[in-house]
Amino acid sequence: MNNLLITPVVIPLLTGMVLIIFQRNIQLQRVLSLIALIVTSVISVLLMNQIKNDGIQTLQLGGWEAPFGISFVGDMFSALLLLATSIVSIGCLIYAFSSIGRKQEKLYFYPLFLFLITGVNGSFLTGDLFNLYVFFEVFLVASYVLITMGGDKRQLQESLKYIFTNIISSAFFLIGVAYLYSMTGTLNLAHLSIRISEVGQDGLITTVAFLFLIVFALKAGLLLFFWLPGSYSVPPTAIAGIFAALLTKVGIYAMIRMFTLIFYHEPQITHLFIGILAAVTMVLGGIGAIGYWDLRKILTYNVVISVGFIMAGLVSMTPAGMTGSIYYLIHDMLIKALVFLIGGTVIHIAGTSDLKQISGLIRHHPRLGWMFFIAALSMVGIPPLSGFLGKVFITKGTFESGYFWLGGIGLLASLFILYSMIKIFMNAFWGETILSEEEEKGTTKGLLLPIALLTVGSLTLGFGAEGIAGHVAQAAEELLNPSLYISAVFD
Amino acid sequence: MKPNDVILRSVTRVAAVIILTFSIYLFMNGHHHPGGGFIGGLSTASAIVLLYLSFGIEKVRENIRTDFKKLAAIGVLIAIGTGTASVLFGKPFLTQTFGHVDLPIFGDTELASALIFDTGVALAVIGTAVNIILSISEDR
Amino acid sequence: METLIVILVGILISIGTYLILSRQFLRIVLGASIVGHAVNLLLITSGGLKTGSAPLLGEKTAGFTDAIPQALILTAIVINFAVTALVLVLCYRAYQNFGTDDMEQLRGSEHE
Repeated sequence: MNNLLITPVVIPLLTGMVLIIFQRNIQLQRVLSLIALIVTSVISVLLMNQIKNDGIQTLQLGGWEAPFGISFVGDMFSALLLLATSIVSIGCLIYAFSSIGRKQEKLYFYPLFLFLITGVNGSFLTGDLFNLYVFFEVFLVASYVLITMGGDKRQLQESLKYIFTNIISSAFFLIGVAYLYSMTGTLNLAHLSIRISEVGQDGLITTVAFLFLIVFALKAGLLLFFWLPGSYSVPPTAIAGIFAALLTKVGIYAMIRMFTLIFYHEPQITHLFIGILAAVTMVLGGIGAIGYWDLRKILTYNVVISVGFIMAGLVSMTPAGMTGSIYYLIHDMLIKALVFLIGGTVIHIAGTSDLKQISGLIRHHPRLGWMFFIAALSMVGIPPLSGFLGKVFITKGTFESGYFWLGGIGLLASLFILYSMIKIFMNAFWGETILSEEEEKGTTKGLLLPIALLTVGSLTLGFGAEGIAGHVAQAAEELLNPSLYISAVFD
Repeated sequence: MKPNDVILRSVTRVAAVIILTFSIYLFMNGHHHPGGGFIGGLSTASAIVLLYLSFGIEKVRENIRTDFKKLAAIGVLIAIGTGTASVLFGKPFLTQTFGHVDLPIFGDTELASALIFDTGVALAVIGTAVNIILSISEDR
Repeated sequence: METLIVILVGILISIGTYLILSRQFLRIVLGASIVGHAVNLLLITSGGLKTGSAPLLGEKTAGFTDAIPQALILTAIVINFAVTALVLVLCYRAYQNFGTDDMEQLRGSEHE
């Protein structure tokens, strides 16, 4: 029993509710939400240390023993993601302070932001399949409202597409839950793992596994990313940043959890299929990233590429591949928030998202330009920046397990990323300065601090990789060893 | 819109009281029998919505001066608050407890901390349900 | 009994799919809501139907119905209710602001 596990869920939720009561006091809302997120990040560091020392932590809600009650389980993987979530959300929150606008702040922006974090944190920590669904809905409903904020015609159309896609995928999620419950009679993840390894993963269970694969692929944007470029390019920058950093990652987390803890018996069917999906995703995302001349479109297609790349590590099911996936997942959360915030700032300054009409921003905004350059190199995976280790380990893992084609496509996708990021850099920052400082549509006042914060975070992850290497290795070991998770829940 | 339905109004005058009483019964009954905060709250909300329908939003707002958004938030705060209280006693989050009290009229009565939790749930449900109806019907 | 319900679920899902594929907001919302109800029916069927009495402490019978699917659909219904309400309000606002209830006509001029 460890009550610390529930705090990353309860603190943002309680703060959000308090903020609804004090709706008019904007200053108080800002301070309280920032405090809540900082406390959450401190708690996730504490949790990480506890897990490092004592193994996987569990909490049975209401004292009802597993598998009858709802379990909360914190393993190293969840704790690392919690920490990354907190850092990213602090960055996006500070960015929102000076960019989101009075009207949105009055319309419950901060409570909704905190509910989003509640749902994401809960999804990382819960040890129950139905509870996972509930937390998915919590952050989805918050995101439905956040994505419509502002509300011009195009944004509304894309939001409706996003909402209906997610309603359908939630329905599929429930269908999967119903099938799994009628076959195994339990919804506790650890108990499901035991039951399925006892009866064996036959064709029917593998089919249900595919159903879950569809659900999480829709949420994560693995092949089924048709909704993603549109809906991530319409909301205000701070919201787009947090979406790109967190929402697809929760889908990836759920997929990694399900396919390492429960459906791991038939890797030659399920994992191979995920591998094919990942390869196609990387190629299609790459084509999108190099094809478009719209800044936000290019960035959203980069989100798609990274989803495919992270899944490649899961496919390999080797310690190296898993380590790589975890490294790259954390790196990707930070870096996607970073590039979306920088991209949004560029659009804010230039007043357009068309790369052909932006040029030479580096003359007046050298810091912004160089931070984008660092982020771009880091995304491509230049050592010693943060993307490098993830790429090396994932490629090593895929080669070790014999998926040479997958590793190859992953490396090819890096070239796509390189080309698309350098295209942005050359067009937006380099070249002739066409906007004088007076002509710029907006200022960067207050926007550079969160960007710098995330850049520092990403650099720390790159240069200090040795510091968390032990943690990541432990997380990978726990993922590849379901018995550790099971014994933690039942003892 | 000016509502002018004599039958609806006269029925509502009686029915609202009955619905409200029944919702309290449902709410208190919930510990061992069908009922509880959720449906208790829902039936209260239905009574309030019925009042809105028959007497118009303005008139009801004059008499019930509650911000239902805040009511919902306070409800959730109470519900999670009881869960967090168990953490203070070193028990897992959301642990409930109960005790028997000898009340003067009711005799031996069972009081459970789940009742406070249910109060929170009821307030949250009333707040949300009424709020949804209000925000759909607001700009007629 | 279970077979009948599952067939019913199939019929409801196909009705919902048909409605979702149309262009009017209201039809899409109704379709999504019908799919939600179909899934709830499937959930309650997953625990078996008519296997015992109500899962209450006072009942003195040999068998009890599995309470978990009932708890699950209670939660699912609430979530479905909230999401449907949200989407309805959103669609209504969209209809008010842009004067159309047709998905096709919402399409912005930019990048299309």
